[in-house]
Amino acid sequence: MEYLLASAIGAMTAAGIYLLLRQRTFPVILGISMLTYAVNLFLFASGRIAINLPPVLLNKTPTYTDPLPQALVLTAIVISFGMTAVVVLMGLGAYLSARTDHVNLNEGQDDSAEAGK
Amino acid sequence: MSLILIAALPFLGALLPGLMIRSGRTACAWATASVTLTALIGLLVHAPAVMRGEVIQYQLEWMPLLGLNVNFFLDGLGLLFAGLILGIGLLIIIYARFYLSRQDPMGQFYTYLLLFQGAMVGIVLSDNVLLMLIFWELTSLSSFLLIGYWKHLPEGRQGARMALAVTGMGGLALIGGMLILGNIVGSYDLTVILQNKELIQASPLYLPALILILLGCFTKSAQFPFHFWLPHAMAAPTPVSAYLHSATMVKAGLFLMARLWPVLAGTPEWFYIVATTGLITMVLGAVIALFKDDLKALLAFSTVSHLGLITMLLGFGTPFAAVVAVFHIINHATFKAALFMSAGIVDHETHTRDIKRLGGLRHLMPVTFTIVMVAGLSMAGIPLFNGFLSKEMMLDAATDAAWNGNHWLVPALATLGALFSVAYSFRLIVHTFLGPKRDDYPAKPHDPGFGMWAPPALLAVLVVLIGIMPALMVGPLVATASSAVIGGELPYYSLKIWHGVNAALFMSIAAVAGGLVLLALHRPLDAAWIRARRPEAKTIFDAMMRAVTGAANALTDGLHNGAMTRYAAVFTLAVILAGSAAWFGGTNPAPAREALAIGPVPLIGWILLMVATVCMVAFHRNRLLSLVLMGIVGLIVSVAFAYMSAPDLALTQISVEVVTIILLLLALNFLPKQTPVESGSARRFRDGTIAVLGGLAVGGLSLAMLLSDFSQESISAFHLANSKPGGGGTNVVNVILVDFRGFDTFGEIIVLGIAALVIYAMTESVLNSPVGVWLKKRPINPHEAGDRHPLMMVVATRVMMPIALMVGVFIFLRGHNEPGGGFIAGLIVAIALVMQYMASGFDWATARQRYPYHMIIALGVFAAAFTGIGSWFADRPFLTSNYGYFQIPPMGEFELATAMAFDVGVFLCVVGAVMLALESLSRFAHRAGDRPSPYPMDIDPSRDLPQEAKDA
Repeated sequence: MEYLLASAIGAMTAAGIYLLLRQRTFPVILGISMLTYAVNLFLFASGRIAINLPPVLLNKTPTYTDPLPQALVLTAIVISFGMTAVVVLMGLGAYLSARTDHVNLNEGQDDSAEAGK
Repeated sequence: MSLILIAALPFLGALLPGLMIRSGRTACAWATASVTLTALIGLLVHAPAVMRGEVIQYQLEWMPLLGLNVNFFLDGLGLLFAGLILGIGLLIIIYARFYLSRQDPMGQFYTYLLLFQGAMVGIVLSDNVLLMLIFWELTSLSSFLLIGYWKHLPEGRQGARMALAVTGMGGLALIGGMLILGNIVGSYDLTVILQNKELIQASPLYLPALILILLGCFTKSAQFPFHFWLPHAMAAPTPVSAYLHSATMVKAGLFLMARLWPVLAGTPEWFYIVATTGLITMVLGAVIALFKDDLKALLAFSTVSHLGLITMLLGFGTPFAAVVAVFHIINHATFKAALFMSAGIVDHETHTRDIKRLGGLRHLMPVTFTIVMVAGLSMAGIPLFNGFLSKEMMLDAATDAAWNGNHWLVPALATLGALFSVAYSFRLIVHTFLGPKRDDYPAKPHDPGFGMWAPPALLAVLVVLIGIMPALMVGPLVATASSAVIGGELPYYSLKIWHGVNAALFMSIAAVAGGLVLLALHRPLDAAWIRARRPEAKTIFDAMMRAVTGAANALTDGLHNGAMTRYAAVFTLAVILAGSAAWFGGTNPAPAREALAIGPVPLIGWILLMVATVCMVAFHRNRLLSLVLMGIVGLIVSVAFAYMSAPDLALTQISVEVVTIILLLLALNFLPKQTPVESGSARRFRDGTIAVLGGLAVGGLSLAMLLSDFSQESISAFHLANSKPGGGGTNVVNVILVDFRGFDTFGEIIVLGIAALVIYAMTESVLNSPVGVWLKKRPINPHEAGDRHPLMMVVATRVMMPIALMVGVFIFLRGHNEPGGGFIAGLIVAIALVMQYMASGFDWATARQRYPYHMIIALGVFAAAFTGIGSWFADRPFLTSNYGYFQIPPMGEFELATAMAFDVGVFLCVVGAVMLALESLSRFAHRAGDRPSPYPMDIDPSRDLPQEAKDA
């Protein structure tokens, strides 16, 4: 299980970073969302994996899952929605105002070409 | 008056001038003066006690754990300096009233002046060194405002910037030095530090601390090689120069050296660094001063020279020299302030400060002449004036100093400095006031009004009085201040004019004679000086500044040149490198946990997730498809949460997923549907490498974390144990959110509300810009639009609406004990509402929306806040909760906790924020002319019936 979860987090991070490095707003936003999933899962994983353990206090069982990372991640999920919404609107406003959804100041500016400058 | 009040009065009073300027300039000056006067009286009330040797203290805890406390203390040294700062400040305020012209914004001037005054008083009264550092930085900032007061003059702006750069840099060094000092002693309180001389001087960190502290003092007190900022600061109005460079700003460095004298002085390091610097500065400043034609520049370099003199005296490290230093601080402040103000008078009346264009003013400006002569002769060190006394004592102290075993070097150089001092002082008097009357003054000179000459005249009277009766006038003050500096028994000294025939007398006579010779030879010497090639400090400083800013720009441009892709790549790589360095540089626990077995369900989920992730990258150019794939990823993540015992998270994730996808779909409506191919294969390879590296790093870190045990005991046990008895709920996650960490949640819902308001504001500004017009004209593709409001969907969502709302209420109510709660309920209700917008159209839904979403957000925040405040009435801290159980008949037993009222706030805030965000986005579509039909449904059989049939 641990291997599955870790590799999934890694894969989502990689996909997020790759999309983040694209030159148009929409893939960048998707990249940020993918990173959000990865980060949330990572935070959640800090409580270690618990399967079939109650998160709610019951009289029957002596062991519980770790509630603290869950509480932290819960608000993180909601806040990340707010952040995504703001970024989406910024991207949309920029596209409608500038008629381009390029993320760099000068369209077509290739950052590797700038390296020698 | 309490010490904190004395320090705070100027700051509070700084508000007055801006208000009082409306009642006229005189009223403004009076208001300002009354503030300073009040503080001065408050200070003088303590004077008798301090003179008796008491130390007045005031203590207030601010951040005791950091050792940062608002502690003030007043001893002899503090009394002397605070008296100078407030006393001369008062005179400057009166003088400035008449000096500033009608065009100058006087309210601003007095505000800056009072801010500066407060900062200075703060420095000299602080007991805590951290507090002192704060005031120290404040003087740098407020002096920047004062020096650059004439914003229209480029020299003023440059001088202010230079002063800030030099003193600010020194301030940074000082912070380091003070922190080291505090660490050695284990306390940041000066009174404690001053008692640990042996500890400090034995510490291996003594030398670094000393150098850093001295850097701060030397930059502030314009010691060589940092002396160059002071003459450039002369571009300020003369009252500022008179204040900053006689009694305050530049004396701050001296004050600190005197303050720390008991613990830092007495070592060879101290002697060689401080005394040598002081000696060089004294001679250099005096030599340059002789060749300056600008009255204020002459005085500026003379100030540099005198500061060097005092520094040298402190550097000698002997108690006698320290007494002389204290005495000269008083004398210098009196005659130099008088001279600066007189130079300002000359400038004000003749419209020039160039000595070569002046001369013969004796009969035209008799009053000013008298003042300048008294103060100038004092500066030259002529008997009967106070400068003579301290100069004699200085020379006396110098004869005792041996530099590296050499007994004549220091006295000889000190005499040389005194010699040049005589020369420039006489030049100031002779070349400006004596000689024949000229007829080419830029303006007709005459003495100024009483208000302008009274302050320097008062100081000139003091110069004479101290000069004639030193022991009577300042004897007790010098004694108390000196004993504060020395921190022990006073040495033998006597403040009197005639000390008998001794070495100092001969040195003094030599200096006066030599000075007169130099003055006689001034013309040829001046010609030679002008021909000589001298390093120009400003050019060097400017070149250094250019080099530094150039390097900073090159670095910034290299990392962040406006291309966000490059910035993101650099940032990601830097994070990966920093993380790797930490990982490989530290020790990591060995895996301590057995990996859990992999079941078929998680495996299928994992495969789905991996395929969706890979496809998302592969097909990211097709934006709609990538959005669908992201939805799949989100779904699997929520299933994963559910599988790994986190139902709250699963519920939250899936509902956030729905609103996020709707949001992105709404945006995609306006964005291009395809991403063009722009990156070459090399670029893609580079990005791919970074991405894979990042993925491996994060994946590896996750695995290591998952397989290791907690390095410290988790605090979760506390939450589990106290959730029921303390918070009254069995759903620990929810109790943490609304109770244990309620304050965090409170902050988070506010952030969410702000995010929604930002979105609303951005939408408004975009729609009201030309973009809005363009959107209106945008053609709608009817083929794409299709069947906008399908009958089935409209009916289904209307039917589902009450059910969805009820589910929301249910989830909300059970939240405290079962998975659920305000966040999830809010999201569910938001989805139910959004469905109506989607199915029946914006117009239809808006028409039925009675409460603006802004208000819902505000209500939510208020509900949460008032719940929190409510616990104050029960004498409990903010957000303490209470609970009880109630029966709601058909639904069983429910618990009502105050936390639930808080959760209502969370609920409302989430609903409002999500809806405001989505509604804002759909307003784009609305503006784009998306008004298909006034009816909720495109097809409605009843509309097509003839009128008669309807009536029937």
